[in-house]
Amino acid sequence: SGFGSDFGSGGSGGGKLDPGLIMEQVKVQIAVANAQELLQRMTDKCFRKCIGKPGGALDNSEQKCIAMCMDRYMDSWNTVSRAYNSRLQRERANM
Amino acid sequence: RWRRGGTGRDRGDTASAMDAPSAPGLGGADPQLQRFIEVETQKQRFQQLVHQMTELCWEKCMDKPGPKLDSRAETCFVNCVERFIDTSQFILNRLEQTQKSKSAFSESLSD
Repeated sequence: SGFGSDFGSGGSGGGKLDPGLIMEQVKVQIAVANAQELLQRMTDKCFRKCIGKPGGALDNSEQKCIAMCMDRYMDSWNTVSRAYNSRLQRERANM
Repeated sequence: RWRRGGTGRDRGDTASAMDAPSAPGLGGADPQLQRFIEVETQKQRFQQLVHQMTELCWEKCMDKPGPKLDSRAETCFVNCVERFIDTSQFILNRLEQTQKSKSAFSESLSD
């Protein structure tokens, strides 16, 4: 009663585990890990930018700041991603 | 019979699935899986650097978060990425040079 026998299309032949399924699962895990990484760094940066002396609750201006900060952090991340990608392509073109 | 693919770089006991694509046992028998691991590892290196540079450049380029990313900040981020890569390359090049001159020195000593 192989594990792969219920799922596999038998693509790799002979294995108990379906590589296609493994690859999809790994991709999902990677995506989750990246989202967590992004969230963790965003939280760190926005806490530093928006929260001064911590009060008894987040007031309205702090909440507004955090919301804007999140959007700006995403903008920054995308800008960096594009710039890095361009640089890599330029390096490859020069090789 | 395990085939060592990829760059063949092996970091011994610090190796993990993410940074040792050539490690035997990780899809070494299945070329499709091996290829997948190589591609995903490459993608992850890219992602990690984007995370790292975003964090660093945020400190250098961002004042108070506003309603949008103004063009000055955007330019700063782009420059920041370029200079970071330049710095990384500079360090590697200079390290290589100092290593070369060191080994030339020690070779001449042992003659």
